[in-house]
Amino acid sequence: MSHRHRLARHLPAFAAGLATLVVASVASAEEGGLPQFNPDTFVGQVFWLVVVFGVLWFVMTKMGLPAVGAAIDARANRIQGDLDAATKARDEAKSALAHYEKSLADARTEAQRLNRATADAENKKAADRMAEVGAGIAKRIGEAEARIAAAQSDAMAGVPAMATEAARDAFAKLVGATADAGRLSAAIDAAAKGAVR
Amino acid sequence: MAGPLEQFEIQSWSAPLFKLGGASISFTNSAAFMVAAALAASAFMLVGGARKEMVPGRWQGMSEMLYEMISNMVRDNIGDAGRKYFPFIFSLFVFILFGNLIGMLPYSFTFTSHLAVTFTMAAVVFVAVTLIGLFKHGLHFFSLFFPHGAPWWTAPILIPIELVSYLSRPVSLAVRLFANMTVGHVLLKVLAGFVIMLGVLGGWLPLLVLVGITALEFLVAGLQAYIFAILCCIYLNDSLHLH
Repeated sequence: MSHRHRLARHLPAFAAGLATLVVASVASAEEGGLPQFNPDTFVGQVFWLVVVFGVLWFVMTKMGLPAVGAAIDARANRIQGDLDAATKARDEAKSALAHYEKSLADARTEAQRLNRATADAENKKAADRMAEVGAGIAKRIGEAEARIAAAQSDAMAGVPAMATEAARDAFAKLVGATADAGRLSAAIDAAAKGAVR
Repeated sequence: MAGPLEQFEIQSWSAPLFKLGGASISFTNSAAFMVAAALAASAFMLVGGARKEMVPGRWQGMSEMLYEMISNMVRDNIGDAGRKYFPFIFSLFVFILFGNLIGMLPYSFTFTSHLAVTFTMAAVVFVAVTLIGLFKHGLHFFSLFFPHGAPWWTAPILIPIELVSYLSRPVSLAVRLFANMTVGHVLLKVLAGFVIMLGVLGGWLPLLVLVGITALEFLVAGLQAYIFAILCCIYLNDSLHLH
């Protein structure tokens, strides 16, 4: 492998050497040697080289290269233009999406705010109504209680008299005499107290 | 059969046209193939750039590939400062490339196999690169010949070495292209001679090698044009940005 590699590396030099040897031997065999070294032809060659290359240089500078270069530039511009347009369109789409998302978020916030405001208002209304109704009920309860208390106290006020009367009647029936009013009412009062207690 | 060096003969295709510095200039096979290479390269780029399709066809795709290859080479090696030298380096590259490739056609002439041509190109690049460096950096340009950060007392050794390596640039640039093209074409011709010489019985082996070497020569044709262009870029970068 390495042997072959070394051979390959030296092959061009070997070939060139061989070729030079061939050229040299052939050149020495012919009289006059290489035509390349005949000075009589130099001026003519240089003259034609300068003229022809000058014209070629002019043609290339003024016509050939601008023409081909224009096509390349036009293509590069077109591609760049398309890329720019695509970038612009993408940016526009992005901003449109951002705009859409923003309005969506705004709408959502607004809806939540409205929702909350409505709920608050309704809650407040309900609470007010509740309070109003509660106050009415409490008032009526209070009135009813007052009435009950009045009735109760009325009823309670009549009780000693009724008890005294009943006790006198009962005393009269049982004993056959009229009970002393003072002792009777004292006994009733004491009984009432004890009953209350 | 023609000798292996006959393909390099410069032949006049016209009567002498005029005199230049004591030499009479006539239209030669070398000039004709320079014109052919320049025409082919121009046609390649002009036809490729004619329609300017958004989705390029084959021809436009090839010319754009070549354009972008050299454009990237210039940018990678020199940076933005190399932009204005791109047309020159591109012209140099396609001129050598098409010269090499057209030279691969049978009966054609390879003008890049002539030292006068390759050396002229290398010398122009060398002089231009040196002048650009001098204009851009003034005398500071000569710091190119002393590696940054080396101890000062190494200067007597390093400066001559750097100077020689700098001055040998055009020589190596010219000789590399000339030698590669010349040797390749001689080798093809010699192998083809063997094929004819050994005939139907023994000519198969050199023919096989000839096919392989032909493929290799196509690779060399492209590679040498690329190397010439990229070395121009590297040299330009050196004198534009020093170290």
